[in-house]
Amino acid sequence: MKRIAFVPAAVAVVAAIFFLGPLVATFDFSLRMVRGDLTLEAYRSVLSSEVFLGALAFSSAASLAAIVLGALLVVPTAYWVRLKLPRLRSLVEFVSLMPLIIPPVVLVFGFIRVYGSSSVLPLTTSEVGINLLLVIGYVTLSLPYMFRAVDNGLGVIDIVSLTEAAESLGASKLRTIATVIFPNVRSAIVSGAFLTFSISLGEFVITSLLNRPGFGPYMVRVGQDQAYQPAALAIMAFAFTWVCMALMEFFATQRPGTLKVPIRFPKFMRRNVT
Amino acid sequence: MSYLTLEKVGKIFGSSSVVSDFDLAVERGEFVSVLGPSGCGKTTVLRMVAGFERPSFGSIRIGGEDVTVQPANRRRIGMVFQAYALFPNMNVRDNVAFGLKVAGMDRRAIAGRVEEMLSLISLGHLAERYPYQLSGGQQQRVALARALAPRPKLLLLDEPLSALDAKIRVSLREDIRRIQRELAITTLFVTHDQEEALSIADRVVVMHRGRADQIASPLEIYNRPATRFVAEFVGTLNLFDAEMAQPGVLRFAGLNVETPMALTCRADEKIVVGLRPETLSLERRTEDDLSVTGTMLSTSFLGAVIRAQIDVDGRVIRLDMLNRGAGRLPPIGETVELRFSKHDLLVLSN
Repeated sequence: MKRIAFVPAAVAVVAAIFFLGPLVATFDFSLRMVRGDLTLEAYRSVLSSEVFLGALAFSSAASLAAIVLGALLVVPTAYWVRLKLPRLRSLVEFVSLMPLIIPPVVLVFGFIRVYGSSSVLPLTTSEVGINLLLVIGYVTLSLPYMFRAVDNGLGVIDIVSLTEAAESLGASKLRTIATVIFPNVRSAIVSGAFLTFSISLGEFVITSLLNRPGFGPYMVRVGQDQAYQPAALAIMAFAFTWVCMALMEFFATQRPGTLKVPIRFPKFMRRNVT
Repeated sequence: MSYLTLEKVGKIFGSSSVVSDFDLAVERGEFVSVLGPSGCGKTTVLRMVAGFERPSFGSIRIGGEDVTVQPANRRRIGMVFQAYALFPNMNVRDNVAFGLKVAGMDRRAIAGRVEEMLSLISLGHLAERYPYQLSGGQQQRVALARALAPRPKLLLLDEPLSALDAKIRVSLREDIRRIQRELAITTLFVTHDQEEALSIADRVVVMHRGRADQIASPLEIYNRPATRFVAEFVGTLNLFDAEMAQPGVLRFAGLNVETPMALTCRADEKIVVGLRPETLSLERRTEDDLSVTGTMLSTSFLGAVIRAQIDVDGRVIRLDMLNRGAGRLPPIGETVELRFSKHDLLVLSN
């Protein structure tokens, strides 16, 4: 018995070293800006930069917009597919996985070509249009995670019976989604929202090629000419993401009786979660 | 005019016809069971009445109003599902109040009606519980209260007892019947369990391959089944191939029997006669008893009843006798005389 218990413990230790090692090393490095001393100077330097605060605010706003747009797109789609078009589920799931196959650089050049100044819908000619493209880009990148989280959440509840029960009690489709379906997949949506946020916040390729003042391009720029600040930024971004996750989890589980939906991703997707 | 009428209703999914030429007329306050094996179309009939499926043919009227194409949420129908379908994010009180809120009732009226419904199902003390904190039987009671709260025109029950264990099934079945009588609500109850259907309903519809084989009272369904399918599906039946030896005389199992009922069969036409196990006896009861000889194969003790299996010319015949405590059962292998009255014969078309 003891030998069996040893193996998982050893795996846990190795995994912890593998995942936490770089984080600890980066954190240690970020404290060594002042030679011979451990200080938070690198953090002070970053936090006092207005460019940093501007980039963080911009990316946060774009990420939140991506969450709202993504949820509005994915929840009704996943619901309708499960309710009325169950045969199309595998097709929709395949489409939702496309962003994992298509590199962001291809996506963004596609955007520029389709929505360029000579197109029918020239979104790239205005600031609002470009921001909209950026949000759509974030939604696309996070689609595999958002869709899977919401679809798993819908799979846990019997949406067909719940929808029919609500309808037999006089509720319209919209009311059913708002009062029955949405609250029951809330924690799944929050999980998807968190993943969307963590993908979008530090996203570099789309943000940079659309020339937006986002957090990703800022980190790269800082990394080019400074040493300690990028390490401090990486740690802060990590902490920020975790705080967001904790807050979302807290709000998601406030009401008693809410189903907590564990989301399960296939292995190949887990490594892409940043 | 009947309260609920289905006229020539049919439903086709893809290329297969699930329900065809289905006619049913249910009176106000009547309790009708729809009984049939899996895949016979009984749930599809219920779903068409509820508005979840649109009939491919025919029409459905509730209270004189044609609802064939009316959406489910406008039909004012209460429905109870096999899987309970309580809203997991709401407690018992909110679940029961859901339909009342949708109807736009004011808060005080909702609170009063919810209390009334909870006392009807005797679960007032569990009002704050969430569905996952309730047993299956309790959940189904709440589902019943939720369905009844908005005073629906019709109550539809889709195998509501199937997921429950035997004891709770019986007690909830009795509760459903009591509540249905109290509220005098017109009810359609779908089940594949014949005991459930016969014990609870005023009338039973036996469905087979998308059609109603017989619509009658439970007694009539059991005692005078209209088709071979009804006779075999409801209760246990011993079947014998028979033919008309001459007008008014049936020949089967080596016997020539004058039929007590008028038969319109042609001579030499193949027909089937059935005998319920409880109509057979090992003892002579009247002078007119008919008898066939068989060999005891086995006996099984079922509590109030003892079932014997007897070989008659290579056919296994089942016989039920009341367990009266005393009395000797013939040992296995012994030759016995199997007796019955010609009045108990069920003559069925093949």
